[in-house]
Amino acid sequence: MSEKARTIELEVLRYRPEQDSEPLWQRYTVPFTEDMSVLQALQHIKDDIDGTLSFRWSCRMAICGSCGMMINGKPELSCQTFLRDLLPGPVRVEALAHFPIERDLVVSVDGFVKKLEGIQPYIVPKVPRTLEEGEYLQTPAQLAMYEPFSGCINCMLCYAACPQFGLNPDFTGPGVLALLHRYNADSRDGAREQRMATVNAEEGVWSCTAVGYCSEVCPKHVDPAHAVNQNKVNSAKDYFLRWLKPAAAAPSKAGDQP
Amino acid sequence: MAMERFKADVVIVGAGGAGLRAAIAVAEADPRLSVALVSKVYPMRSHTVAAEGGAAAVTQAHDSLEAHFHDTVAGGDWLCEQDVVDFFVEQAHRELVQMEHWGCPWSRMDDGHVNVRAFGGMKIERTWFAADKTGFHMLHTLFQTSIKYPSIRRFDEHFCVDLIIDDGQAQGVLAIDIASGRFTLIQAKAVIIATGGAGRVFRENTNGGIVTGDGMALAYRHGVPLRDMEFVQYHPTCMPGTGLLFTEACRGEGGFLLNKDGYRYLQDYGLGPAEPTPRNKAMELGPRDRLSQAYWHEKQKGRTIDGPHGPVVHLDLRHLGERKLRERLPQIYELAVEYLGVDPAKAPIPVLPAVHYTMGGIVADGRTASSMPGLYSVGECSSVGIHGANRLGSNSLTELLVFGKVAGQEAAARASAVAHGDDAALTALAERSREQALAVVEHGARGTERIATLRREMAQTMEEGCGIYRTGATMQATCDKLAELKQRYRKVHLDDGSRVWNTEWLLAIELGYLLDVAQAMAHSALQRRESRGSHQRLDGYEQRDDLNFLQHSLATHAGDDAPRISYGPVKITRSPPGTRAYGAAGEKAEAERHAQEDKHV
Repeated sequence: MSEKARTIELEVLRYRPEQDSEPLWQRYTVPFTEDMSVLQALQHIKDDIDGTLSFRWSCRMAICGSCGMMINGKPELSCQTFLRDLLPGPVRVEALAHFPIERDLVVSVDGFVKKLEGIQPYIVPKVPRTLEEGEYLQTPAQLAMYEPFSGCINCMLCYAACPQFGLNPDFTGPGVLALLHRYNADSRDGAREQRMATVNAEEGVWSCTAVGYCSEVCPKHVDPAHAVNQNKVNSAKDYFLRWLKPAAAAPSKAGDQP
Repeated sequence: MAMERFKADVVIVGAGGAGLRAAIAVAEADPRLSVALVSKVYPMRSHTVAAEGGAAAVTQAHDSLEAHFHDTVAGGDWLCEQDVVDFFVEQAHRELVQMEHWGCPWSRMDDGHVNVRAFGGMKIERTWFAADKTGFHMLHTLFQTSIKYPSIRRFDEHFCVDLIIDDGQAQGVLAIDIASGRFTLIQAKAVIIATGGAGRVFRENTNGGIVTGDGMALAYRHGVPLRDMEFVQYHPTCMPGTGLLFTEACRGEGGFLLNKDGYRYLQDYGLGPAEPTPRNKAMELGPRDRLSQAYWHEKQKGRTIDGPHGPVVHLDLRHLGERKLRERLPQIYELAVEYLGVDPAKAPIPVLPAVHYTMGGIVADGRTASSMPGLYSVGECSSVGIHGANRLGSNSLTELLVFGKVAGQEAAARASAVAHGDDAALTALAERSREQALAVVEHGARGTERIATLRREMAQTMEEGCGIYRTGATMQATCDKLAELKQRYRKVHLDDGSRVWNTEWLLAIELGYLLDVAQAMAHSALQRRESRGSHQRLDGYEQRDDLNFLQHSLATHAGDDAPRISYGPVKITRSPPGTRAYGAAGEKAEAERHAQEDKHV
């Protein structure tokens, strides 16, 4: 209770396209408490020091995926990153790497969402079933095949961590490939063949150079690197199957899933 | 700056669970109808994402629609629309199966069927869950499924500043494209509001920053009453300081609530007897209003534990063991470790009640239609009538689905039957709304009142006047304070005069929404001279008064004056108001109810 009035410095990379020709650093001093997150520090700046600082946030509990940013050079959720772990400061905060900055800490999400929309991120039933017939049966083991990859909160930290995405913005990238794998690995789904086109494409899994930093920064332990690797195996199998029996990989045939 | 224009058949404001489900329903009803889906965030950021515990539907052979009906109506202290509750419990299971077909990763039993868990106030286990991230999985499943439908055109990160009402009918909305600051008029033949709750009017709450009552305030300003706004749910187990949520499923899985003596204090508040394993509708599985009230009494008795953010009680999960906690409550485990430094397998979690849910909302009939032609509402922003004076946990996620679908179908039917309004008239109205929105930023530089100061004072006075227990004097003080804040709001100050990503501008507009909703809550509360559900008074109105207050309150906007409060009937079909009892007393009351019913048969 009787904590002395301590403070900590934040250096924030500012960019306001209506007035700045290039980004510039701005320094703020904020109160420090043991339980304060970087997000709370930014909120303090916005509320009480400088209302012009722009950033996205909402849930405060690492589930909405809004508040990703670079904190001391590392992609993090600002709500889940605590000032106590960054002492003595200053704490350097900037927009997520590899994305165009719209303003201050706000980056463009459009490219990511377009990629997500492009992979058929929904169940295409392998066996149609009416609602009257009830739910599909899915054992805990079948659930475990895809559930870990369904936990992606679309925070895009893995893209900021991915050197290949930094070089080639067209790379489908870890998060979306993990989501693609989530649907391909779902026992209810029958569209694996169609999605393999994305996997096999030049911007698909083969752009990945297996650095693995994406999985390290994932705040939800989704392990996109593992999803990408599994799809490299699938893609290679797909490639050889095309040579061996070209019809097997055609979308018109039923998939080869167990 | 020119205004963009888009013509849709149906416009939906809000793209959380309710808005997405409604959009899909329109697309499925008629793929030729165009849908504009407007959200101030990307859909997957919507606050549905934070719901943890689950979604209710009668599932097991020994359960019944009647039991779900009765739990809901009694849980709502008989302020529910009983015909609407009937429809809700009937449709619930089908909608959850639909979510399963769309890919929602529901937790399963060994035989592959969907598993269910116990939840507060529910007699039988009927809550479907996806670990402790049910809302997250439902939201992402709905968002990803919505991508299938080409007729749904999303306006992501578009902030709605007004409804466009002409000829007494809802005919569109005006929105700011946040990234550019440009305005878009979206004309439509039907408007669905799905903007969620308003928990941010309170200080300590479980809600995301975006939960600012936008749609409620917009409908209210256009003359649509807000119903039952005095009923605000405190969730009993939240994180001190931030208010972040520890799901009721912690108790559904067997967690205990302990006071400073390590005593399961709920047994002192008519919820006992205390047993080592969870018993439905008893102890820790009592309803949220009763549990939050019990905390308050423990605090008065000095039996809480002092923490850095005030008095707390303990949520004890240790006896469940690490393995079960990791499987069933993985997010809770991480929140406790990362945010509090508490390993819940080894130590109890400090918790206290925080504002969680707005039971009331935009007045809606059982088919989601408001009092204004063309305007529908669904989800937490809506008062369709199933929650009454206290919502049961896991009813609201199902509500999004059941009534999201209804709203979509109703809006589609209207859009097929009526024509677009007059372009020139709608443009003129939109221009006027645009001027008002621009005035906020243009006058902001000359303003003297800081947004955050006004917001903090509002949240503080709401907590003081409209908290777990209320008195006439404190509620009156809150009403007076809110009137003062509304005056000061006219002089709100902005540092930022820009257009691109000017979030301070949006915060200022949101503060206006919050203040209007806060007034509706405080005045509705002051006028209700009884205690019912989450509205509990200490000043001579400690009892439920069915003679005078078995009625819905209706708050009507009155310009600069305080809202007008009137009352409307509650639809009672077959469950007359009875004793609301839990634990052993509840079982006795239920046996008596059955005996009564048998006599009538």
